[in-house]
Amino acid sequence: MSMKIGAEKFDERVQEGLSDTFMRGAVSSAQTRFRNGRLNAAEELGGWEEWRNLGEEIRTHTLENIDYYLDLLSEKVAERGGHVYFAQTAEEANNYITNVVKKKEAKKIAKSKSMVSEEIGLNDALKDIGAEVVETDLGEWILQNDDVDPPSHIVTPALHKNREQIREVFHDKLGYSKTDKPEELALFAREKLREEFLDADIGITGCNFAVADTGTVTLVTNEGNARMVTSLPDTQITVMGMERVAPTWNDMEVLVSLLTRAAVGQKLTSYITSLTGVKEEDDVDGPEEFHLVIVDNGRSKILGTEFQSALHCIRCAACINVCPVYRHIGGHAYGSIYPGPIGAVLTPLLGGYEDHKELPYASSLCGACTEACPVKIPLHELLIRHREKIVEEKGEAPVFENISMKAFGMGTASPTMYNIGTKLAPKVMKPMVKDEVISKGVGPLKSWTTARDFPAPGKQRFRDWYKKRQREES
Amino acid sequence: MKVSLFITCLSDIFYGDVGKDTVELLEKLGCDIDFPEAQTCCGQPAYNSGYVSDARKSMKHMIEVFEHADYVVTPSGSCATMFTEYPNVFKGDPKWEDRAIALADKTYELTQFIVHVLQTEDVGAAYHAKATYHTSCHMSRLLNEREAPLKLLEQVEGLELVSLPNAHDCCGFGGTFSVKMPEISEQMVAEKAKHVDEANADILIGADCGCLMNIGGRISRENKPVKVMHIASILNRQG
Ligand code: SF4
Repeated sequence: MSMKIGAEKFDERVQEGLSDTFMRGAVSSAQTRFRNGRLNAAEELGGWEEWRNLGEEIRTHTLENIDYYLDLLSEKVAERGGHVYFAQTAEEANNYITNVVKKKEAKKIAKSKSMVSEEIGLNDALKDIGAEVVETDLGEWILQNDDVDPPSHIVTPALHKNREQIREVFHDKLGYSKTDKPEELALFAREKLREEFLDADIGITGCNFAVADTGTVTLVTNEGNARMVTSLPDTQITVMGMERVAPTWNDMEVLVSLLTRAAVGQKLTSYITSLTGVKEEDDVDGPEEFHLVIVDNGRSKILGTEFQSALHCIRCAACINVCPVYRHIGGHAYGSIYPGPIGAVLTPLLGGYEDHKELPYASSLCGACTEACPVKIPLHELLIRHREKIVEEKGEAPVFENISMKAFGMGTASPTMYNIGTKLAPKVMKPMVKDEVISKGVGPLKSWTTARDFPAPGKQRFRDWYKKRQREES
Repeated sequence: MKVSLFITCLSDIFYGDVGKDTVELLEKLGCDIDFPEAQTCCGQPAYNSGYVSDARKSMKHMIEVFEHADYVVTPSGSCATMFTEYPNVFKGDPKWEDRAIALADKTYELTQFIVHVLQTEDVGAAYHAKATYHTSCHMSRLLNEREAPLKLLEQVEGLELVSLPNAHDCCGFGGTFSVKMPEISEQMVAEKAKHVDEANADILIGADCGCLMNIGGRISRENKPVKVMHIASILNRQG
């Protein structure tokens, strides 16, 4: 898998999403749960707006000084016996990691959840060299067993599946024979996964935050699987997007506080694992060999542009959890492992407009995402910036739209043109009006009236009424 | 107090009554209405679709049209929001930035103006019905005005306000979104109409003609009896 998922066109994916009532039911109830959880957790903490400001400040400062903090991070990791590798591209990252695997002659790899590893297609690269990879995050494990179904959410990757469907996957692929009760399903997964941990030669993890001034990698999970992945195998490889750095332990704490609350409405998740370097003499566990792979893969091109704030993202999915578009079409429709509002912003930046040009338009610009984001990324504004780029720099807007917007510019900058246009509107629309509404529109009104009626223009424009009234008064 | 009215294109062409009610209401509250005839559109349809240079043309025009005003008042949370965005659009432009800021600073959505500037919550209106209120996205999230319309509605004699389930959800209008992504927009407005149904009210009130056109259009398509009204028309109803 890489960042892009599925080969169908955007419209087809949307149709598929819209007609999947199971998925829509699952997504809608999860959204309600997550949203309420976030609001309650924020209220309980108090001063949420100040926390958000602090989060924004930390992220802005970090990204403005990203070179410095990445240098510091790699220096500290090296001091504690770890190896650091900067990968410009997905390929470089995969090559480095597969080389480590080959050198260790590792057969089995236990992996905890990592979006960036999906982005670079790491599992496929590992498979190509004959290594067996086991996803240990429950959601990822379900998807892996379902013929590598792509994730549809960045925190709960199997959100699109309900428990009957999960039971089916377990039953068909793993011989599970019990019910679809969540506890029974989880117990089954736990038992199966435990065997895998013990067998694994290498553990691969993602990274929520890497603390620059101590060289610490922090992982936030609810299942404790990341802890197993980092403590049982002898070798640990951590893959991180280059923006995932936090200057100090204190900054990391603020970001974790925002993350767990914004993501799932928890004060803390069940497990927060912070790991510094390799196992030392007095340590009971930890890896003997540690590699930190820092992935660029298009990120540094975003630095210094109007999109820089997209790199502030802490992958909490709060924006996804409030997005009404996501609710109806689901994650797969975005055609990227990064769905929802942040996906619509980030995917075209990392993967180009060519493959993802519809995404910036998949939003009513309602601003729910911007309001929810714990680090205050102006998501809806960034979507407008994308549209601006598509229209004005790439000139890729549809011809009809282009003409009407040019007409709009002329018509609204000149009162005379506006006057003519608005006077004309009722005449143009008149033939379509029936019982005071338009139920079957033509041209641009057609798609509007498939779903709803359009009002007939008033008999008199407001401005004509107003003029007449003034004349009568004087 | 002199108030310059920005009527918005939707209200000018489709919802003249909203304009009339706005004028009469403000006059009742002691304002002198000024209606600059050269006004056109705030530029939002083009701006939000990415046609920023085309949008700038109408924005500059609007800045000039309202330059003389003390207060600019508009019966639309969304169009008011667009005016308050002008300073960002013209950031760093030596000729237009200050003028954009001046316009943004004196712009108010209608209910905002009544509550915060006129300092009035009871406008002496009466309307006997059970009503629910649609919180429009731009007004509540971007203009950050959630309270004013409700404060005013609470004072309307005979009006029983009931809550709208999932009121925070967008109705799916989104300007050009509704025609660019019609299938998704349809699902959103259908969901909104369902919630309106669940509220079990006689009327749905809102402060943005765009949303009302969208939700109202759906309600009419579904042949539901709920009446859709702009808040200006409720507040202008005399007891
Ligand atoms: S953009 Fe903001 S809300 Fe969305 S995932 Fe990133 S941090 Fe969370």
